Amino acid sequence: MTTMLHLVNKSPGERNSLDSCLRLAKAGSAVLLLEDGVYAAMANATSAEAVTACMGKLIFYVLGPDVSARGLDDVPLLDGINVVDYGGFVDLVVEHDTAQSWL
Amino acid sequence: MKFGILVNEGPFTHQASDSAYRFAEAAIAKGHEVARVFFYNDGVFNSNKLSEPQSDDRNLVQLWSQLAQENGIDLVVCVAAALRRGIKEEVLQDGFRISGLGQLVEAGIENDRLVVFGD
Amino acid sequence: MEPWEEDGPETVKRFMYVNRKAPYGTIYALENLEVVLIAAAFDQDVSVVFLDDGVYQLKKNQHTAAIGMKNFSNTYRALDDYDVEKIYVEQESLQSRGLSAEDLIIPVEVVAADDLREIMAQQDVVISS
Repeated sequence: MTTMLHLVNKSPGERNSLDSCLRLAKAGSAVLLLEDGVYAAMANATSAEAVTACMGKLIFYVLGPDVSARGLDDVPLLDGINVVDYGGFVDLVVEHDTAQSWL
Repeated sequence: MKFGILVNEGPFTHQASDSAYRFAEAAIAKGHEVARVFFYNDGVFNSNKLSEPQSDDRNLVQLWSQLAQENGIDLVVCVAAALRRGIKEEVLQDGFRISGLGQLVEAGIENDRLVVFGD
Repeated sequence: MEPWEEDGPETVKRFMYVNRKAPYGTIYALENLEVVLIAAAFDQDVSVVFLDDGVYQLKKNQHTAAIGMKNFSNTYRALDDYDVEKIYVEQESLQSRGLSAEDLIIPVEVVAADDLREIMAQQDVVISS
């Protein structure tokens, strides 16, 4: 079985990309939140409950440079989200067989 | 590992090209190969040498060109998407070439991973 | 023989083209269809998926004369001629928009999210727009 890295670059307040990703990502997949997708990594995000509910079956990552750029370093992240830099992003793509972007 | 990258947006309205560039740079720094970047949709605007960002802004047209020439990346601009947007040989930045959509499919076939950046 | 055919069938990968955007409001539906038509010429395992607002791309009865844009919905009928046979539409996306398979311009395989999840997980390359 192949493993998949899902990339979500849209805010959960603007698009349904995250919802669809969570609905269709298979257990054991990884989800990387980047660009405006990082807003979903915030503890007080409107999508926090949905993301937390998937913590058992999906592994969540957030791209640190996009968090910092948006002034969110002082805002608490959801428990269980791993912060990576661009090098970590590359590693995630290498570690999973397929990358799927939820554009 | 060999990577193909698809960029679906231009260098200004969306962050997609910036993210793709940072990803490519990081992949190369880790010893991977970025074999081809394919520019589709408004992504073709990343090749326009006539674009003049303000002097304190990054210039992705030049950054892609430099990264490609230093690391042997094949920068391919989709001909169909380019023509409808007025991107032709005469405005093409060094390091880019115009070719068909088959080059995108080929990037998916020949590389270990294809990563898509868009809106 | 085309250059991409030199390696023979051992290089066949599973390619999935994912459509999640409605037509006309943006160009993504049209340009993604152009990719699929080219991709069909390669000897790869191609599937096309429509979900979320992407299901609107296949809605019957599109009339674009009054907006001055090309009606490309008939082009989806060419997928069959190009031997693109795996065309999936997510059931939940259709239902939540009050649509059914009868509203679509081509025959498709309507799949529940639970099944689409398995199909997606088997892909080697996913191209979305």
